[in-house]
Amino acid sequence: MNFKNRDIISIKDFSKEEIDYILDYAKRMIPYANAEKHTTLLNQHILAALFFEPSTRTRLSFESAMHRLGGNVIGFADPSGTSQKKGESLADTIRMADSYSDAIVIRHPQEGAARLAAEFSEVPVLNAGDGAGQHPTQCLLDLFTILTEKKKIKGNKVVLLGDLKYGRTVHSLAYALSLFKADLTFVSPETLKMPKEVINECKEFGVEPVSTSNLEKAIKEADVLYVTRIQKERFPDAEEYNRVVGSYKVDNTLLQQAKQDLIVMHPLPRVVEIDPEVDKTKHALYFKQAFNGLPVRMALLSLILGGKKL
Amino acid sequence: MKELKVTPIKDGTVIDHITPGHALKVLHVLKIPESTSSVVSILMNVNGKKGKKDIVKIENRELDPKELDKIALIAPKATINIIRDYEVVKKHIVELPNEVVGLTKCSNPTCISNAREPVESRFHVISKDPLRIKCYYCEREPEDIAEGII
Ligand SMILES: Nc1ncnc2c1ncn2[C@@H]1O[C@H](COP(=O)(O)OP(=O)(O)O)[C@@H](O)[C@H]1O
Ligand SMILES: [Zn+2]
Repeated sequence: MNFKNRDIISIKDFSKEEIDYILDYAKRMIPYANAEKHTTLLNQHILAALFFEPSTRTRLSFESAMHRLGGNVIGFADPSGTSQKKGESLADTIRMADSYSDAIVIRHPQEGAARLAAEFSEVPVLNAGDGAGQHPTQCLLDLFTILTEKKKIKGNKVVLLGDLKYGRTVHSLAYALSLFKADLTFVSPETLKMPKEVINECKEFGVEPVSTSNLEKAIKEADVLYVTRIQKERFPDAEEYNRVVGSYKVDNTLLQQAKQDLIVMHPLPRVVEIDPEVDKTKHALYFKQAFNGLPVRMALLSLILGGKKL
Repeated sequence: MKELKVTPIKDGTVIDHITPGHALKVLHVLKIPESTSSVVSILMNVNGKKGKKDIVKIENRELDPKELDKIALIAPKATINIIRDYEVVKKHIVELPNEVVGLTKCSNPTCISNAREPVESRFHVISKDPLRIKCYYCEREPEDIAEGII
């Protein structure tokens, strides 16, 4: 399989075999990610990191990934002071970054921005989140986390919890998990249910997701609990918000009903949806999940930059 | 009795079986009247054999049927009839291309294709019947396609 110069825009651009290949390569990146081993694989390569919207985890892990591979990073962490603020088009900013770098990673508030960037760039473009659109590297690291913890993705009972309507990560994750034939349960408040189109996509892979608002029931069977944030802005009043957030809070009392080897994941940042008391339990996997962003992004960078294989 | 509610034209083009109410959008897509000085007549909500339809007649001008495929977006059942000496000499049923570029705006206000960028709107046709298109940029499906016609 050859990924040299390939853009990473949407998880839907990749076949199951290609995803398997990337995840497999990511596994081999782990010792380099945690600095047990060292490499200069991407020596002399420059990554342009264009963050038109703030991000902590994604940006830091991309930068770290590039440095761990011996490469360099240029770019900006927020657009104030850039020429975009002076009215430059994204297309022009990309043409410029293209001429200064070997790959571009972009986070942008508008959907489709990364796809547009890829049109104007010769060098490969990685989408680090485009508004409410795609975030393929998050999706890959989520898959990677389930794969490394559970040895396979297929057949696991995965509960997606929280704001399933607007949540950026859950839509592509539901798609990808269906591609790998996991069992899906969607738990959300009535007003934040998984959109029909996403459910239909799952069904196209032969997966029949169950939708419910009952978390206690769903958790008993679950192998993976994927928690997402419920945003205050989605609710008409504070009272309704507090009621919903209260009933979906993940804490040790709830986890007593779960299987011993249930893993709890969260794309982070978490606010109140997981009680800090859960951090110390063996269920808590969200920090490891955040670490996993590193080997996955290292794998992608070295694949698209065509570095010799490690 | 002959069904022809349409006054016959000697030569020209008749666009038939337009989705009722969409005749003006069809003209808009074809840049009529800007692009022609021909006599153009419009019939709306005519009773046809298969229910109501709109009809457009353009006199003394033969439109290129292939070029008219772009109206398939708003009138997927339309037929293009070339009339010569009062007779239909050519009939073409519109067919939607697999990709629709620069014809209809993305309905997602925060889609990058709606920003001030040097690109045209671009959609993949994912299903022709029922008509479903998906934005190449934001991957969303507009609900009302005719609404977004540029
Ligand atoms: N000479 C003409 N002048 C104007 N309209 C015509 C003329 N001949 C046919 N039409 C119209 O063109 C359309 C196609 O005609 P025809 O092929 O006879 O019907 P259909 O497509 O319904 O089988 C019809 O709406 C008909 O009324
Ligand atoms: Zn769009």
